[in-house]
Amino acid sequence: MTTLSQALAPGQLTSGRLPKFVLPTALIGSAAVAFAVSVLAAGGNVAVAVILAYLLFLVVMEIAARVVEGARQAADHRARHLIVGAFILALIPLLSVSWEAASKGLARFDLEFFGRSMRNVVGEGGGALHAIYGTLWVTGLAALISVPIGLMTAIYLAEYGNRGRLASSITFFVDVMTGVPSIVAGLFAYSVMTLVLGPGAFFGFSGSIALSVLMIPVVVRSCEELLRLVPNELREAAYALGVPKWVTIVKVVVPTAISGIVSGVILAVARVIGETAPLLIAAGFTASINNNPFGNPMMTLPVFVYDSYAHPGVDVNAYWDRAWAGALTLILIVMLLNLAGRLIARRFAPRVGR
Amino acid sequence: MGQQSITRTAAEPAARPADPKRVGDRVFSGFALGSGILILVILALVAAFLLIQGAPALFADPAKLVSQGYGEFASWVLPYAFGTLWAAILALILAVPVSIGIALFISHYAPRRLAQPIGYLIDLLAAVPSVVFGLWGALVLAPAVQPLWGWLNANLGFIPLFSGQASGTGRTILTAAIVLAVMVLPIITSLCREVFLQAPKLHEEAALALGATHWEMIKMAVLPFARPGIIAAVMLGLGRALGETMAVTMVLSGGRNITFQLLTSENPNTIAATIAQNFPEAFGLKVNQLIAAGLVLFVITLAVNLVARWIVSRRAAFSGAN
Repeated sequence: MTTLSQALAPGQLTSGRLPKFVLPTALIGSAAVAFAVSVLAAGGNVAVAVILAYLLFLVVMEIAARVVEGARQAADHRARHLIVGAFILALIPLLSVSWEAASKGLARFDLEFFGRSMRNVVGEGGGALHAIYGTLWVTGLAALISVPIGLMTAIYLAEYGNRGRLASSITFFVDVMTGVPSIVAGLFAYSVMTLVLGPGAFFGFSGSIALSVLMIPVVVRSCEELLRLVPNELREAAYALGVPKWVTIVKVVVPTAISGIVSGVILAVARVIGETAPLLIAAGFTASINNNPFGNPMMTLPVFVYDSYAHPGVDVNAYWDRAWAGALTLILIVMLLNLAGRLIARRFAPRVGR
Repeated sequence: MGQQSITRTAAEPAARPADPKRVGDRVFSGFALGSGILILVILALVAAFLLIQGAPALFADPAKLVSQGYGEFASWVLPYAFGTLWAAILALILAVPVSIGIALFISHYAPRRLAQPIGYLIDLLAAVPSVVFGLWGALVLAPAVQPLWGWLNANLGFIPLFSGQASGTGRTILTAAIVLAVMVLPIITSLCREVFLQAPKLHEEAALALGATHWEMIKMAVLPFARPGIIAAVMLGLGRALGETMAVTMVLSGGRNITFQLLTSENPNTIAATIAQNFPEAFGLKVNQLIAAGLVLFVITLAVNLVARWIVSRRAAFSGAN
């Protein structure tokens, strides 16, 4: 355990404090030195310069703080700089992914991309219309399966379960289910369809089943949380009027929480719409528009991105440009869904007097 | 408590079948219960169907597997199981310190008003589809880190991890681990943040009142309280990293190698990536063998998740009393 009283020098009532200008000065100074070194030694590599600047800054601040404020304060400063550094480090991939997707995706983010399939397209041109239709079908059907099951389970857990043994084991296994690897969900759907229809059964609905396995636990968790937020007074008022329990749930409890439920469902859709591996396994590949989810392979947007990247033709750049455009589309869809979910949740939040 | 007693009285008349309203009650609660049980059934079915479809490969004659499949099952899947664990552990080594740092930044360092937007920002990282991370890792990150890997190999090659012939493409297991780390980072961060925010305010204030610095307060009051939560978060991140497919499939050029070298082009592949790469072209026994590999992955992740959830639920029981 750290001892708390050691920093004061004898005959002094307050310990030293680093003046305010030290931090910005150290930052600018180490940045300047690092960039100079990088230009001289590493050909002006920005990454080298930034890493060097950060390390230099840490060392300078450590020495300054140790000399002026003592070891304990120096440790405090060091922790602060490391923690801020960790945060900035995490922003780098976020910014890099957004920037690369936007700059490289815009090359093919055009009308042809959204107006054509890849049927009979080799090399340049072509689009992702078949994949967009497929994504709408597969995700829509998955939502159609998952929302009733998920919502009813949430109702059971929140209204009927009374935190009994069955309810708590369902809660536990719903949590475990969130950890099922997506590719395993795909294999599951494929296995089911193979047993029913024979081998080689790739089609959209099979993908929907795979996505449902991933989506149901998300729906259950968010719906249950919201149903528990509904004040008990509302239920008791309904019971007092002689309303049966199920009518109370359908007409009072669910409508009170509806905004949260809708936003939870939207966020769950956003979570599965970018899933690739299960659809790769269950729904297969195709270059044509297929609007029948119960027969023949169905392309989806994430699989389209993967396929364009992994199996390019001779003109690699045309395929990779399409992959980036698909990635940008996916990011935009997911961001819009997330934004919509959060807005709905905030805008129409139930007025719960807590 | 009030709700429970009300429920009792509302449920009692349900014993009389004559009242048509109460029939609706029973049907509805039956549906709700049925959905809950259905979820348990689905989870059991996932295991059952993988077992049924994987069984032909699991119990087949090894000679038949050599001629019609990918070879004898245990020796075939072992390198991939190793690669799965190795990639996930590397990803965690990279992600855990950064995640805890970010979580502390959000809960104890960032200005109040900024904390929530910053939380959203990190959540955005979780929203990016895995295929986009795969594309980014393969086409942006791998070329960018390739010179760095070359430099590490040339100057620190005496360390076994960095030894061997450096890859010319940058698509090594370390690159894949970085992409995986970026993907598990938001999960670990958000869970740690929740736990750090629950740390008892009075303990924190007591530490500060005794003259502790901010960091000492965190070391004394926050981290000990949050340790089980951090462990659970790390386990959940591990579960995610083990099962993540696309990032590894697209970034890593792997094979059936068991090696700890990080920078060569001879990398171990993961189970999930092997399935994704081979499944579309597989037929006959090969399909069964890949499904059996999926079963192995399912069992590994299930075990990790069970332990993590058990820690979480055990913790939830005593956190309120603290």
